[in-house]
Amino acid sequence: MAEYEFDTEGVKKTFTFMNRKAPYGTVYALEVLETVLISAAFEQHANIVFVDDGVYQLKAGHDTSEIGMKNFSPTFGIIEMEKEDADEDEDIDMVWRILVEKESMEARGLTEDDFKVEIEVVSAAELADILDASDCVIGG
Amino acid sequence: MLHTVNKSPFERTSLDTCLRLAKKGSAILLIEDGVIAAVKGTEQSAKIEGAVGDHAVYVLGPDLKARALSEDQVIDGVKVVDYAGFVDLAEEHGAHNAWL
Repeated sequence: MAEYEFDTEGVKKTFTFMNRKAPYGTVYALEVLETVLISAAFEQHANIVFVDDGVYQLKAGHDTSEIGMKNFSPTFGIIEMEKEDADEDEDIDMVWRILVEKESMEARGLTEDDFKVEIEVVSAAELADILDASDCVIGG
Repeated sequence: MLHTVNKSPFERTSLDTCLRLAKKGSAILLIEDGVIAAVKGTEQSAKIEGAVGDHAVYVLGPDLKARALSEDQVIDGVKVVDYAGFVDLAEEHGAHNAWL
């Protein structure tokens, strides 16, 4: 098996992961989530954004026991832990933000209390600036 | 930033969300089924008609042609580009977001 080396010394970019699909109906949500987890290895800045039906990915209480699919929502707890580690450890230069668009949340009758992890609610205008300031956007 | 939309506005909310979150001045390229949004005289036309003032809006010619949509039917202010034009847009605008 080939071994790969990535020289990311001194490279610091901001990645935005755009989650726009509800969980389980398609593979988009799980694919973006896996990409987020892989990116953690590179210690880059990341905005993990939830827009449109993507906000349902974060809703507390997923129970997939009767649809024969893996409930991937506990993984968001790992992302939250990664974020907290990075926030607390001065040696890690990595800022992660978990962001929910206010308009999408409200359109679905949801509030901050419905989510299983701590999130920041941002308006569409604020999110437009965050997107525009990103070096790379990975959508799904 | 370059935004691409590849879904019809009759079927998905991709274009609506793109227009809500694309910063003024950014470029929007309609491709695949997204080209349907660029056509005049539909129930969805107002979205792109309203966007051309704030954004540089482009549509991919080969995708129009494939769907028997002519350049005459394209909303005023929307520029038709070919694949080479697509490459130029990607090169000029830095980060790219695909609204799927």
